[in-house]
Amino acid sequence: MARSAAAGQSFRALLLARTLRDPRSRAALIVLGLAVLAALFAPLLTPYDPAAQLDIVRLRSLAPSFAHPLGTDPYSRDVLARVLFGARVSLAIAFAAVALSVSFGVLVGVVAGYLGGVVDVLLMRLVDAALAIPRLLLIIAVVALWGSVSVFTLTLLIAGVSWFAVSRLVRAETLVARDREYVVAARALGAPAWRVMLRHVLPNVVGPGLVNATLAVGNVILLEAGLSYLGIGVRPPTASWGSIIQDGAERVSDLWWLTVFPGLAIVITVFACNALGDALRDALDPRQLPLTASEDIVHRP
Amino acid sequence: MVTTLTFVLVHLAPGDPISVALDRPGVTDAVRQQWRESFGLDKPLGEQYVRWVANAARGELGYSFSHRRPVRDVLADTLPRTILLAGLSLVLSFFIGIAVGVLQAERPGGARDRWLGRVLLLLYSVPDFWLALIALLAFAYWLPLLPAGGIVDPVMHDYLSAGGRIADRLKHLVLPVLTLTLLSAASIARYQRSALLDVLPSDWMRTALAKGLSWRAAVRQHAVRNALLPTITLAGLWLPALAAGAVFIEKVFSWPGMGLATVNAIGARDYPLVTAGVLAISVLVVLGALLADIAVALVDPRVRLS
Repeated sequence: MARSAAAGQSFRALLLARTLRDPRSRAALIVLGLAVLAALFAPLLTPYDPAAQLDIVRLRSLAPSFAHPLGTDPYSRDVLARVLFGARVSLAIAFAAVALSVSFGVLVGVVAGYLGGVVDVLLMRLVDAALAIPRLLLIIAVVALWGSVSVFTLTLLIAGVSWFAVSRLVRAETLVARDREYVVAARALGAPAWRVMLRHVLPNVVGPGLVNATLAVGNVILLEAGLSYLGIGVRPPTASWGSIIQDGAERVSDLWWLTVFPGLAIVITVFACNALGDALRDALDPRQLPLTASEDIVHRP
Repeated sequence: MVTTLTFVLVHLAPGDPISVALDRPGVTDAVRQQWRESFGLDKPLGEQYVRWVANAARGELGYSFSHRRPVRDVLADTLPRTILLAGLSLVLSFFIGIAVGVLQAERPGGARDRWLGRVLLLLYSVPDFWLALIALLAFAYWLPLLPAGGIVDPVMHDYLSAGGRIADRLKHLVLPVLTLTLLSAASIARYQRSALLDVLPSDWMRTALAKGLSWRAAVRQHAVRNALLPTITLAGLWLPALAAGAVFIEKVFSWPGMGLATVNAIGARDYPLVTAGVLAISVLVVLGALLADIAVALVDPRVRLS
């Protein structure tokens, strides 16, 4: 047991060193760090309140200018303030939903893979069925028919339909780990199933889980933006990157700044997440762990 | 299974189609109740479900409250438009995606691989609706080359010659198909590249090189064929995903397909249309998987249809 713990630590140190040596991941970490800082310190970065209608007569739908670098929207709200405060909502939803869905997916994957038998068959049948339906469709149906959902409910919902692919991946890793000598030895020594899973199987799936989580953050940002654009995600007047675009969606041609700037914020952040995910995957397995088809299917298109 | 889930979820929602459709001050509760009875909405949920399944099996999908006509007719109009969009993108994006994946995998880690990889990752990070909006801004407003939306010109189409009508339809197809294709090709290229990298270290690759084939020829003639199988399987899963993802493209370009109809139906609490939309995608899922199995059997001599 001491050996596996030591190996786990050196593995983690190795992973960290490899990741940090990669210029892609350094750049991505800086970008993500800046995005998080901008969200945290939003009130310091802009004098305006994101929900305040500054002057509905004179400051409505203004193109970018010195006073309002990203322009104002049809309600005379400052777009820069909305993008900065929107980062809070968009990022919070993404991080929370991913934390929830990846933990749950890892739990299901490890339990199904380790216990096997009926539990495995039942769980994986459920996952297969769920993976067959495009996740977007499922959320659209649920969110919209429940009427307006709060940011909290939306997060839970996104998490609820996002854990399937992780659990499949983790189950596959668990099946490999289950038959390793140290796991068999732990079992032979009489360790209870939960302990073997926690101490010996779980460290093996941390890597793939981490890669998956990093890529998933980007996907959830995209998903939330899409839902908000369709008018069934984050509700007005709360700003999220998607809902700002929705505010300008009816008049894209004259209010282009409402589409372009929040969209750039999304693209830059998601690109950083994906680059970091790719770098992590390469660091974990130089021979490249292939993206699973199902994982791709779920979020895109 | 999928249909049950949809039915339950949809009916868990607060409000019903009658309270939305008849949300006018002059309508009394008694009238609403009468409407509910005539559409069977007062029956227990279990009974409604059994009826719905029995009817769906016979191709009776119910009555769309918001379109005021049978759901089957709405689907008959909108589904082909979505399939046209998704099908064209599917074909195009697979050709482009596979080609790009092969170009990358020929020299993994080379300059071409890295640059293409960055472009693909960038495309992969772009929200579909945003790319569509930007394409709309760029090619319909700033450079007015193409129409902004719809499938035909609403005013001129009927007055055009036969050739003009076809050209009109094609012009309206360009932007929606291109945006959908670009995004889906990026995913496919990433997938194809990693599928190729998986087979490159195979024994038969070494054999091909040993008998004097150039690296490029070995990749193109041997590796690509072997790496194609997972991609074909992917294509089967991709069609329904594209059809569902087309929702955004349809909304941006006001393309009157099934995705747009489903999203609008949600706002109108038009249950029969929403369930039918989801059902249509589920049917596509099954069909896609079946077609992929057949295609794999045709391509791979190890798998035979019996």
